[in-house]
Amino acid sequence: MKYICLGYYDPAKHAGMTEDERNAMFDECFEYDDHLRANGHFAAGEALQPRETALTLYWKNGKVASTDGPYAETKEQLGGILVLEARDMNHAIQLMSQHPAVKYGSIFEIRPTGDMSEIMKASEQRRRKLTAR
Amino acid sequence: MPPNAPEDLSRTIETLYRSESGRILATLVRLLGDLDLAEEAMHEAFAAALETWPHTGLPDKPRPWLISAGRFKAIDVMRRRGRIDAAQKDLALQLEARVNEAPQEEEMEDDRLRLIFTCCHPALPSEGQVALTLREVCGLTTEEIARAFLVTTATLAQRIVRAKAVIRDKAIPYQVPVSQELSARLGAVLQVVYLVFNAGYSAEATGAGLSREAIRLGRLLLDLLPEPEVAGLLGLMLLQESRRAARSSAEGELILLDRQDRSQWNRDQIAEGIALTESALRSRRFGAYTLQAAIAAVHAESSSAASTDWRQIKLLYDRLIQIQPSPVVELNRAVAIAMYEGPEQGLHLIDDLLAGEELANYPFAYSARADLCRRLGRLPEARASYEKALSLTRQEPERRFLSGRLEELK
Repeated sequence: MKYICLGYYDPAKHAGMTEDERNAMFDECFEYDDHLRANGHFAAGEALQPRETALTLYWKNGKVASTDGPYAETKEQLGGILVLEARDMNHAIQLMSQHPAVKYGSIFEIRPTGDMSEIMKASEQRRRKLTAR
Repeated sequence: MPPNAPEDLSRTIETLYRSESGRILATLVRLLGDLDLAEEAMHEAFAAALETWPHTGLPDKPRPWLISAGRFKAIDVMRRRGRIDAAQKDLALQLEARVNEAPQEEEMEDDRLRLIFTCCHPALPSEGQVALTLREVCGLTTEEIARAFLVTTATLAQRIVRAKAVIRDKAIPYQVPVSQELSARLGAVLQVVYLVFNAGYSAEATGAGLSREAIRLGRLLLDLLPEPEVAGLLGLMLLQESRRAARSSAEGELILLDRQDRSQWNRDQIAEGIALTESALRSRRFGAYTLQAAIAAVHAESSSAASTDWRQIKLLYDRLIQIQPSPVVELNRAVAIAMYEGPEQGLHLIDDLLAGEELANYPFAYSARADLCRRLGRLPEARASYEKALSLTRQEPERRFLSGRLEELK
């Protein structure tokens, strides 16, 4: 089963690190990612650019509107997403609690992926009926 | 299709996971001395099988292959941690030195028993014991257990995390308790099995799965530790399970023992349950589960409530009260007495029990009282007692049942 791990970090804390400290952190984290990859747990993962680069879209007064910045403003910002392949939630917890990023102050929110296959199948049937008319 | 086609192999590995992961995990826990590490190593071993077997073919003995792969994976983990923590490095070296000792078959059966006793250790909170046993011994996932107990995945995941933390912090050893301790510790294990079974008894939709799991666990335990009380508990569970089809209507309404269609009782489960109960009784070292099984067996052997040997049931309750005194058992005994001495006698006993504090909020005490009043033709009193019972229960099936009885009295 797949779990989406949302990694949050405190930019102020990162800015306060020396280059050596930051490199050591990156080396440890990427090495652990490699370990996850080698054992088939790392289904996908991407780092995110800083929140200033984000743009948020929504519906307002009958049309699409947009604002600069992330949807939710929090002290910690979303720094990356990891799609984890694990047997169950406790396996996911176990794998992520060993991630060196946690030790460096990152926070992981682990979300089981939802199964939309039944809803999608029902939707397909509805759409097929519409086109058949 | 060639015998080792990848799809075939991944199905084989899935089947192996279901049948072997409990054994493999238990042995890895002993070899590695750490539940989390053993679990991780086992998952990596199965992942390695998925990767390797399509090239090499299925090994002759998959189980030792997986255990050995798990040990090597654990060494990898320890080496990785060893770069930060020197103690882990030493452990990795120790593991490496012993990696080629092959575990013996008998030893592996003991490993499962060790793991059961660890998961049911009295130092763990009761909810944690249940969750951990279902996950580590029965191989259920966090999500499956959460669904069965109607709690969120996150809540159940935390119970497991906390239980594991207790095992680690208190350094609970992986071992079967020695004989002086065994009977008390076995009591805790049997309680976990019976809790799982009862959760399956009351839950409407998810129940059957949990009860089956409890019976499976009971069989495994009897295999590993043939003690009379283990046979007694398995007998009790089978005898109760034999009535599953008869104890609710097609509409999901509760049907009590006296109104059940006994032709719907599962005869195979009854035969096995009675045989187990008799063997436990013959040992003369039985306990409360065996006595409850014996009571269930008397019901199972009767063709109707009227032809049941209630005197025998009352005698069994007398013995049960001696070893496990409880007001609920006394209530059941009073009901049995009412069945052969008459409702009047039963009513006296129930009123005495209700005068005490302990059953004052127990709905079934009032519904039993109501039933006896009804049989004596004291209808206003019967109605009042059903209403009192109704006010004390929030379980939907029970509420519908009590409302139905009230309806009959109008």
